[in-house]
Amino acid sequence: MPGPASNGHLDALTSSAASSGLLRLATAGSVDDGKSTLIGRLLFDSKALFEDQLEQIAEASRRRHGDDGTVDLALLTDGLRAEREQGITIDVAYRYFATPKRTFIIADTPGHVRYTRNMVTGASTADLAIVLIDARNGVVQQSRRHAFISSLLRIPHLVVCVNKMDLVDFDEAVFNAIVEDFSSFASKLEISDITFIPISALDGDNVVDRSERMDWYEGAPLLYHLEHVHIASDRNLIDPRFPVQWVVRPGDAAGAQHDYRGYGGQVAGGVLRKGDDVVILPSGATSRIAAIDTFNGELEEAFPPMSVTLRLQDDIDISRGDMIARPHNHPTVSRDLDAIVCWMSETPLRVGGTNRYQLKHTTNTVRAVAAELLHRIDVDTLHRDESATQLDLNEIGRVRLRTSAPLAYDAYRRSRFTGGFILIDEATNETLAAGMLLDPDEPVGASDARAATASALRSANVVWQHEPVTREQRWAALGHRGATIWMTGLPSSGKSTIAGAVEERLVREGIPAYRLDGDNLRHGLNGNLGFSPEDRAENVRRTAHAARLLADAGTVTIVSLVSPYAADRATARAIHAGDGLDFLEVYVNTPSAECERRDPKGLYAKARAGEITGFTGVDAPYEPPPAPELELAPGDLDALVEQVLTALRDRGVLPAE
Amino acid sequence: MSYEISHLDALESEAIHVFREVAAELERPVLLFSGGKDSIVLLRLAEKAFRPGRFPFPLMHVDTGHNFPEVIEFRDRRVAELGETLVVASVQDSIDAGRAVEETGPRASRNRLQTVTLLDAIKEHGFDAAFGGARRDEERARAKERIFSFRDDFGGWDPKNQRPEIWNLYNGRIKRGENVRVFPISNWTELDVWQYIDREGLELPPIYFAHDREVFRRDGMLYATSPFTELIPGEEPFNATVRYRTVGDMSCTGAVTSTAATLETVVAEIAATRITERGETRADDRASEAAMEDRKREGYF
Repeated sequence: MPGPASNGHLDALTSSAASSGLLRLATAGSVDDGKSTLIGRLLFDSKALFEDQLEQIAEASRRRHGDDGTVDLALLTDGLRAEREQGITIDVAYRYFATPKRTFIIADTPGHVRYTRNMVTGASTADLAIVLIDARNGVVQQSRRHAFISSLLRIPHLVVCVNKMDLVDFDEAVFNAIVEDFSSFASKLEISDITFIPISALDGDNVVDRSERMDWYEGAPLLYHLEHVHIASDRNLIDPRFPVQWVVRPGDAAGAQHDYRGYGGQVAGGVLRKGDDVVILPSGATSRIAAIDTFNGELEEAFPPMSVTLRLQDDIDISRGDMIARPHNHPTVSRDLDAIVCWMSETPLRVGGTNRYQLKHTTNTVRAVAAELLHRIDVDTLHRDESATQLDLNEIGRVRLRTSAPLAYDAYRRSRFTGGFILIDEATNETLAAGMLLDPDEPVGASDARAATASALRSANVVWQHEPVTREQRWAALGHRGATIWMTGLPSSGKSTIAGAVEERLVREGIPAYRLDGDNLRHGLNGNLGFSPEDRAENVRRTAHAARLLADAGTVTIVSLVSPYAADRATARAIHAGDGLDFLEVYVNTPSAECERRDPKGLYAKARAGEITGFTGVDAPYEPPPAPELELAPGDLDALVEQVLTALRDRGVLPAE
Repeated sequence: MSYEISHLDALESEAIHVFREVAAELERPVLLFSGGKDSIVLLRLAEKAFRPGRFPFPLMHVDTGHNFPEVIEFRDRRVAELGETLVVASVQDSIDAGRAVEETGPRASRNRLQTVTLLDAIKEHGFDAAFGGARRDEERARAKERIFSFRDDFGGWDPKNQRPEIWNLYNGRIKRGENVRVFPISNWTELDVWQYIDREGLELPPIYFAHDREVFRRDGMLYATSPFTELIPGEEPFNATVRYRTVGDMSCTGAVTSTAATLETVVAEIAATRITERGETRADDRASEAAMEDRKREGYF
């Protein structure tokens, strides 16, 4: 039992609310997967469980399971009588905890297919989803369904916890097999960030503290991951969108301010600034932001998810349901909508003119009919059934809708806030469905193909500008093609030396080559990043994109970057593959003892002395590539350079000699 | 510029959004104001949502007649400062009209009778939405409740058949006679509430801070002696320095021993506590494993 004074809480307090962000996470699974145990463990170990709650659970456990001392943590989250009686989760329960780093809201959602609509409720606002897999059973249909719904709702981060590792003797092979199995399914989905963690929720292995019984696992424990996962860039800060929610008009009551007219609402996307030119949709009227008001005074700018009140320079007719955007960046305005719809009612979706629905989108409600059901998606197999004629409870399909008035919307992939809607039954007022809008020109099979680029989600905020000059024309003019050589290896393994020699040799032969050096990039492009796993991931992502652009331009780009995590390098590879560019992963395999002996910058020595932490090879892991295009052992520099050039020739990047 | 906001700002923005949605989509909302800390936070959030305009709804207090006098004094003063309208629905009136029957004995409480008065007042005034300061961290039935909690024409909650609530899109459509209970601070914890009170510099009734009071001990809790409380033989009143973590009826709200007389010291105590506020101070929740769920089914807040 934890002691009475929790340092965690006091730290959270003294670091003040201002510095700690909020992470909303959803868990899915059944009691059998150990979901409640995991949540109980997180709450218990972060001291968010109170003594009277524990006593209450212990007492209830005694009543249910006899006096054998087991504390049934499921009783903590299953708050309804029916849930406790049946031992199942029916509806979402919300739980709260905080660490000095972050504040967390857990939406504990049911795993059973019957309660999918409740799972969608809990997952719709989540930044991160945890899917639990029982190590003994591996990936089952339910795990696939949870992953699919998470990807459908575009939860930016997915964590797969392989639980009950204690029951498979902490066997790395079991874990790896599950990772492989799940990854192959997930590759068909649009998930930008998946992390796998082997845990034992019952014993606490890799939940809060690193497990000592799985030293083969080199990633972070779950809580560390939750505290550090990079969520700041998940919001859409590109496309300014402001659905007008409430017109603030004091009228006579406020005396001096009777001329005041403001538009209250929550910023749904982008950054709005005082003085910005704006367009009001659907009317198309234009004006300028005169002020951004709050109860505490005026702001210079506002961004999601802030609730503010805008005043405009001109006196124009604006009411609830209108959308304020920028003249050159505004949403699609249309009465014809194309959406993925998750049906949540016993009354099925029917296509045709007589079934009218209320469609609520942002702060706007219109009437709608379903014009066409394109296909129904089998949630377990992802198979599309084009012969489907209706959607039943918990079924998902692609639907064309026609609305009574034009809607100003974005694709859901660009913004949850301006791309999601609900359907309401006009007669019963029941919420029938959640819908996710697609781009007007979205091809029917598109979502599968896009999964190839791991960065699809984040980059979906902006539209790619296709140049009039093609890559082929550009390369033809240069007389050769671009490619990326990705050198990975421990610090001081010799990456930079080899990369420099390769660059020099290529340039001497008249081939444009350019070296992207990890250390150098950290002075500029990546200057705001540290060495935590998520910062390293971001470091790799940016470097990979820079390399891709250079390669596209026709340069042989040589990246020398420790890039210790296999998943990050896979991202870099996918970024190139998605753009049809050559990518050679070169593993500079110098034994760690040799690297440490060389230590030209004295970094190993500092890391050993504890002066720097998170140093790859000392107190941070390095995951060797299982199948690099080329592996280099220490040796004569010219010979190593020759090996790289041969590999380039073999791939056709350089002409054969 | 990192464009990040603190967790309190995120919670605040969510609550403002909820207030404005209800005001826009429902005909006759009302804000339930008890003078307790959670409803004091609601008032500030309503100011943030609607000022410089007036609140597009009145405030209502379901007055059991067993309240702390300090809280009633504060209630009236705060309402006057805001310049808003207060409706007082009286449990005593319900009893006098024969709509509710007073419990008897030393453990009698008017807690459960509030439901009758609340439902009657909702009907009388034609309210279709009622804002409440309930939080999901308070109790496990509340942990299950939606932000827009749909109630049938008997005021009852059907926990097994709640409306899906997706993104920030709330379905407030109801039929005549039905109503929605709306909980804008559902996602706040007790500590969030206190930190927000601190940040906003909100005034609280004095009983939230340490003071001397005559109390007696019952079932491990300290209760104030008052005209509404009957002592059981063996219970001896004594003076102690206490404060309240929650504000309810004098008959069923326990005090905690504390010397925290300032907001800062109270927040520090809350941050370090190992017992939930309802567990420490509310007799009404101790009745059974599903006490709150049952009361909500009957139409409780």
